[in-house]
Amino acid sequence: MSAPSVPVIAQTAGRGAARAAARKRGGPQGSDRRPGWVTYVILGLAIVASILPLYYAFLLASSTSQYIAQNPIPSLIPQGHFFENVSRVLNSDIKFWQAVGNSVIVAVVTSLSVVLFSTLAGFSFSKLRFRGRNGLLVFVIATTAVPTQLGIVPLFIVMSELGWTGKLIAVIVPGLVTAFGVFWMTQYLESALPYELIEAARVDGASMIRTFWHVALPAARPAAFMLGLFTFVGSWTSFFWPFIVLGSSNPTLPVAVQLLQATYFKDMALIMAGVTVSVIPLIILFFVAGRQLVAGIMQGAVKG
Amino acid sequence: MATSTKPPRTDRRVSGSTPRAPRRVGFSQTLGRWDVKVSPYLYISPFFLLFALTGLFPLLYTAYVSMHQWHLIGGQGEFVGFENYAYVLQEPNFWKGIRNTFSIFLISTIPQLLIAIVLAALLDANLRAKTFWRMGVLLPYVVAPVAVSLIFGRLFSDQYGIINTLLGNIGIDPIGWHSDILPSHVAIASMVNFRWTGYNTLILLAAMQAIPRDLYEAAVIDGASRVRQFFSITVPMLRPTIIFVVITSTIGGLQIFDEPRLFDQLGQGGPSRQWMTATMYIYEVGWGNQKSFGRAAAVAWILFLIIIVVGLINFSLTRRIASETSTKSRKKVRR
Repeated sequence: MSAPSVPVIAQTAGRGAARAAARKRGGPQGSDRRPGWVTYVILGLAIVASILPLYYAFLLASSTSQYIAQNPIPSLIPQGHFFENVSRVLNSDIKFWQAVGNSVIVAVVTSLSVVLFSTLAGFSFSKLRFRGRNGLLVFVIATTAVPTQLGIVPLFIVMSELGWTGKLIAVIVPGLVTAFGVFWMTQYLESALPYELIEAARVDGASMIRTFWHVALPAARPAAFMLGLFTFVGSWTSFFWPFIVLGSSNPTLPVAVQLLQATYFKDMALIMAGVTVSVIPLIILFFVAGRQLVAGIMQGAVKG
Repeated sequence: MATSTKPPRTDRRVSGSTPRAPRRVGFSQTLGRWDVKVSPYLYISPFFLLFALTGLFPLLYTAYVSMHQWHLIGGQGEFVGFENYAYVLQEPNFWKGIRNTFSIFLISTIPQLLIAIVLAALLDANLRAKTFWRMGVLLPYVVAPVAVSLIFGRLFSDQYGIINTLLGNIGIDPIGWHSDILPSHVAIASMVNFRWTGYNTLILLAAMQAIPRDLYEAAVIDGASRVRQFFSITVPMLRPTIIFVVITSTIGGLQIFDEPRLFDQLGQGGPSRQWMTATMYIYEVGWGNQKSFGRAAAVAWILFLIIIVVGLINFSLTRRIASETSTKSRKKVRR
């Protein structure tokens, strides 16, 4: 649609067609008309609602406990006791540093392993031919509907038989590969990895695993990055299973934060300092990688 | 997608392997053939092994455990058949847990998905600073449920809570967020919504962006209003994604634990179990005073069956709703 045609359409086909033509000129993205201010106000409110509870936690974390006890509504400006409260958290008998370390270990290990194993399986499901491929893939997708949390009783029995209760390995092992990850990588590699590349590598005499490593894995990088982020967030924020199998002796971060409330339930400044500190690493990660996270969701769901 | 890639693939395979075959000889060729045959299974095996170990086996073993007396420390006792189920089913707290779970699930999921679909429609417009808005909406997703529930537990505090104080300022009596049944469910549902609305919004937005723009252009030429476009094009085209979002929210919502557990410091779901959910009940029976794994496993199985039933109902319901609004336009769309 070239520009001069628009007035012609406006004369012959009415306003709607002109607008449609104008839209089309905006390219494949559709309308280039900016939405009205109402849209921005509603979205603005949504974002205020996302941020306000976090800011509230920070306000409480930077006040003194006495101030909070006397005033239900905190001062809207941070009070400057934040680091003091944080150091009280770190010096409490909750093993906060250990919890941070544990969370980092669990999140990093599960993210790397989920990415590796899911990409391997995704490569296989999307590009290799083998008997039973479709059936097995359907099975993988079906397992996402099985609520694994409901198997916690026997899973706990298994872990205690293995002597793993209270150890990080009990949290790491069940998270090593996920059905979601397999499905995600299958979907992505289906379109992102051309057969030509695989064939070329095979003709050059590369083994399957070499082909995977040098051809499939690099091609999978955007989706793998995304999957890794998702897994990291999921692992960092998960509470139920670590709470059951680890307990307070060797906690992950959410378990430790929960202990703050159980132990110091009247000391709101302390609890909120712990909450804030536990949230900060992921907020930083979000600001560094959030763009990709958002872009990745866009990409994945379009294909899924 | 699949149909377009398949035919060239077979062609290429044939043409690619003919010149390759003579090159390989002897041992390396046999090795190569084995490589091709075994590798696919090898690569998918981690998932299946792990699922067998941590998903399938526990689920089946749960059924076995539920038929036995089984103590947290004492271990396996005698076989009791369905006694654990009978015991659990006549426990008032079990029924409270089921009631609370469903109540919180409905209060959270329905508004959440409605808000998410509206927000997604707004984000689908040609906004300035797109990424900013999208990121802003997604932000709560990175906050752990534990942190969310501690923050909201304080916000909704009965005496010192900011919400009751604000309500008091405009002349409304304080609400018993921690003492009454429905208010506590609303408070917990708001935590769930805080964390998940943005996530679902982006999932729906992504699916919206995949809708071919020509459809909207055709609708505009036909004189359809924005609202009409939304209901006649957007909603029907989103059907698979809506089903996906509803199913995942159901599975997650019926297992809710973190938020109600930390709503107060005791973690028992309130003095008269106003907000104790089914999963909290599993924990209490298995790891609380009773330490009965047999009964906990029985509750888990009942909950599993409920989730499947609700999931199926949801599936057929969403399917019907989404297809009813749109049989006509879908024909146009799918050709």
